[in-house]
Amino acid sequence: MNQNSENKILSTPNSQFLIPNSILLLYTLQIADNALIIGHRISEWCGHGPILEQDIAATNIALDHLGQARSLYQYAAEQFNALPAEDKMKMFSSTTLQAKLTANENIDEDDLAYLRDGWDFHNVLLVEQNNKDWAYTVVRSFFYDAFNFFFYSALLNSADTTFAAIAEKSLKEVTYHLRWSSEWMIRLGDGTEESHQRMQDAVDYLWSYTGEMTTANETDKTAFASGIGADLAAIKTAWKEKVSAVINESSLAMPKDAWMQHGGKDGSHTEHLGYILAEMQFMQRAYPNMEW
Amino acid sequence: MTVDSLQEHFDDKVKREVTIEPRDWMPDDYRKTLLRQISQHAHSEIVGMLPEGNWITRAPNLRRKAVLLAKVQDEAGHGLYLYSAAETLGSSRDEMMEQLHSGKAKYSSIFNYPSLTWADMGAIGWLVDGAAIMNQVPLCRASYGPYARAMVRVCKEESFHQRQGFEIMLTLSNGTEVQKKLAQDALNRWWWPSIMMFGPPDDNSPNTEQSMRWRIKRISNDELRQRFIDVTVEQAKILGLTPPDKDLKWNEATGHYDFGAINWDEFWNVVKGNGPCNKERLEARKKAWEEGEWVREAALAYSKKRSERNNKISAKAA
Repeated sequence: MNQNSENKILSTPNSQFLIPNSILLLYTLQIADNALIIGHRISEWCGHGPILEQDIAATNIALDHLGQARSLYQYAAEQFNALPAEDKMKMFSSTTLQAKLTANENIDEDDLAYLRDGWDFHNVLLVEQNNKDWAYTVVRSFFYDAFNFFFYSALLNSADTTFAAIAEKSLKEVTYHLRWSSEWMIRLGDGTEESHQRMQDAVDYLWSYTGEMTTANETDKTAFASGIGADLAAIKTAWKEKVSAVINESSLAMPKDAWMQHGGKDGSHTEHLGYILAEMQFMQRAYPNMEW
Repeated sequence: MTVDSLQEHFDDKVKREVTIEPRDWMPDDYRKTLLRQISQHAHSEIVGMLPEGNWITRAPNLRRKAVLLAKVQDEAGHGLYLYSAAETLGSSRDEMMEQLHSGKAKYSSIFNYPSLTWADMGAIGWLVDGAAIMNQVPLCRASYGPYARAMVRVCKEESFHQRQGFEIMLTLSNGTEVQKKLAQDALNRWWWPSIMMFGPPDDNSPNTEQSMRWRIKRISNDELRQRFIDVTVEQAKILGLTPPDKDLKWNEATGHYDFGAINWDEFWNVVKGNGPCNKERLEARKKAWEEGEWVREAALAYSKKRSERNNKISAKAA
């Protein structure tokens, strides 16, 4: 991306502040990809849940995440379409997406979800981890929901009015998600011996994927410095406090601080993402350029 | 009241179209028939989540993904209303699940067919939900109150599903060659199974007569089937698709479409468990149930612990 085009004020009405266009876009995608991928994972439970009522609840939550992803992708597409042509070509390496750009077409929410390759996805590693069982699913959601709650709370004050509006709408949903997953943490942590063990295993296994959410990469730093993004250091403290309170109430043991996995936000993923995308993107890749 | 006068009172209510409610006296066979029908219907809703659930992670765009998720979720909700209605007749959900898993209880055979392409999401909505609506609208007036009320809610959502299924088919049939092929292929595979959804022909439907007397059922299988065919053939024309029946033609004299012979041998085989997906569907349901057992146990154990703790606290306070 060349320096001149990078530091322009975006022409879109919501971004009347100085931030490199590409960074705003990357930041939007980080949030959007988290929502899409965790929603996808939770949606895998639909029809297979342990209790019919929870099948419905999990699907509701998956729908909320998907709705958030869509709002954010629509915003991201709007930003992308406003970029200068040469910057667009450098943004994503997918040949299918590049073919669209060569044909001078605008892109939309679906192009971002279905035509980007794995290394252009910016979700944290936590959300792509597989469902395994209800315990892993609950713990993964809980870690993420706790982060999301503080993250969207911070985004309410974003200098970007689109972010602030999305945060306001999403926060209602995320507040419910956090209540739901916290209740399941406690119920299963303090349920039977078996459920307790399964939950502890899941907490221990997923723990190393939690650090990434509150560790700022360059995109996070720039977004925060410009008044658009959230302060991840502050969220880190709030997150840990909330998580240890719930883990404690669940009579589970808090994992010791240890090495944390990183890379998702910068496009370096676990093996899981490839399979998610192979499945999710199949139709758009097999039958390109069609209306569905 | 003697049994005779109870029976008289019941018959009179049915005749006057006053709904029978859970606490009312009812003949044992009425209760059994209803329980069988409602639980079968509930099972159909949750087994029916599987063929469509099969495409949630592969839906072609975000809007379709959201609509499909919401649709499959509606089916879980329908299952819930219906299990609740069946529970008012004295069976527990665990008992009903056990009967589903053991093969004792049936569910709609249509869900033993595979969903092979995205177009099946259109065909299922259009044909399967379309046939379900034909079957279910008269059930909104069934003599048993909780069933009738559950069906009112179910039918409202089903008609939305049917429209969105048709809309998927319309998009495909207005699309490229390969999309049209997807749509026609789905119609070819779902047409006959949908027609069979109305059950065996009237002269071979053992339960129909009694069910009609009890006003659980209002319209016979063959009459509903004919209505469905008449409506659906016209809809296929709008889509520019051809139902796979060379004998299908308009009959001026009857004012209905004539149609070809139904393969009842296939129908009974699928009912008996020989359909393409019977084993898979049952296996998926059993797996969900068995793997969920520790979750249900833990939830129960936790709520017991909590109420014990609360009791202790209130005992101390007193």
